[in-house]
Amino acid sequence: MRERSVDIAIVGAGPAGLAAADAAMAHGASVALLDDNPLAGGQVWRGGRVAPAFAALAQTGSAHYLPGTRVVATPVAGQLLLEDASGAHHLYYRKLIVASGARERLLPFPGWTLPGVTGAGGLQALVKNGMDVRGQRVVLAGTGPLLLAAAASLRAAGADVLLVAEQTDWARLARFAKGLWRQPAKLAQAIALGWELRGTPYRAASYVVAAQGTGRLQQVRMQLAGREVVLDCDWLGVGYGLLPNTELLAALGCTLVNGAAVVDRTQQTSQPHIYAAGEATGIGGLDKALLEGRIAGLAASGQHAAAAALAAQRARHLHFVAELAHCFSLRPEIAQLAQADTLVCRCEDVSLSRLQQYGSWREAKLQTRCGMGPCQGRICGAACQTLLGWSDIGQRPPIQPARLATLALSPAPLSTEALP
Amino acid sequence: MKVTIWINGQRREVPSGTTLAAALAGLPGRRSVGGEPRAAFCGMGVCHECRVSVDGRAQQRACQLLVQEGMEVDCDA
Repeated sequence: MRERSVDIAIVGAGPAGLAAADAAMAHGASVALLDDNPLAGGQVWRGGRVAPAFAALAQTGSAHYLPGTRVVATPVAGQLLLEDASGAHHLYYRKLIVASGARERLLPFPGWTLPGVTGAGGLQALVKNGMDVRGQRVVLAGTGPLLLAAAASLRAAGADVLLVAEQTDWARLARFAKGLWRQPAKLAQAIALGWELRGTPYRAASYVVAAQGTGRLQQVRMQLAGREVVLDCDWLGVGYGLLPNTELLAALGCTLVNGAAVVDRTQQTSQPHIYAAGEATGIGGLDKALLEGRIAGLAASGQHAAAAALAAQRARHLHFVAELAHCFSLRPEIAQLAQADTLVCRCEDVSLSRLQQYGSWREAKLQTRCGMGPCQGRICGAACQTLLGWSDIGQRPPIQPARLATLALSPAPLSTEALP
Repeated sequence: MKVTIWINGQRREVPSGTTLAAALAGLPGRRSVGGEPRAAFCGMGVCHECRVSVDGRAQQRACQLLVQEGMEVDCDA
């Protein structure tokens, strides 16, 4: 069994994790930078397209960089149980920075389990990872600025993007666009995206009603500002904004509010020695992630004055977090799309009507196995929250499915929680 | 540069640097516990819908693996 000890362990090699590693290593701290993905960059720099300033940090073979590595459990304070393709190992740290990023909010609608239906950012991720979409007809739907970024990636890869359907209305979109004047970098990005996407129809107050097909997606039924339209397509990417990945933070006992980690001015969580940076503290995009990662890296490596000097810059990012959440909040129709027989839990094939017989997440888990498959509620948890109003969504260790040989290495029982 | 992988015993050339999920896009995949066809969904390691057997190791997320020369993939495992 391998063991390793570092000053600072950083979970997540996206923008926040890379910025943290850069700041901490410049001060001489020993760092382990690990990521579940085989390549660094997170979602924004997916496929190894890491910003040049950080490229050296994420070189395959660097002693501190551990790609393809997931955190399985947090057996005791200062220790992580990790698993990669070659097996399990323990990592000991003095400080931990969690830069676990975000996932998409994926909500059920009839036909959402058909092959060919993906997340919107999910489809973008597949394309950035080399999926061939040349000449394929694509519809993107859901909400948020990510839809436009996904459309640009799909078009650049040769797809025929038939339509981008944004569920929010023009009034909120206008408010959001007006707010971009405060953030020149984001405004420039928006203008560039607008240019790349010229000719691609963009509809507000519009959403997917159902995906249809035999064995595979063939058609999508849409509401376009009150008018129903059916489109033939090969791929449908639907994502309702982003959700912070907080499973590790929750396992470590860090306080979460509205699904995001609560941090102080140095990015420290409610637990001493544990920091959170980037989307895990609230969805705000690349610039916020880079700044927070840098603050966390500085603070964790003892550069307190330098960290404090950056804290003031966070304010405008936090304003953006609130604007993003407000302008792209969900219209009530989205939570009404799933029908009685629509599967909500994709791992265990549990339909909405079966879940509706129960009053809580815990009860539904015990009776239907909802949330107990390989994803451990990462997808259906958010769906149950949105559709059924359940708020007690929680996970137990292991944080990721693991091999039995890995679990056998855990010195303590993985859960001290009493079984029901 | 291309690498050769084997998908359900069929030889296939795919660009190196591609994730396995990207290489499998559009091909028939696994069945859910209720027998429905499924394929990659979240694209980023969260939903586990793209899991396949790789070189005899079951339940691997195809979206978190890069294609490797000689990789043997069983999509229905």
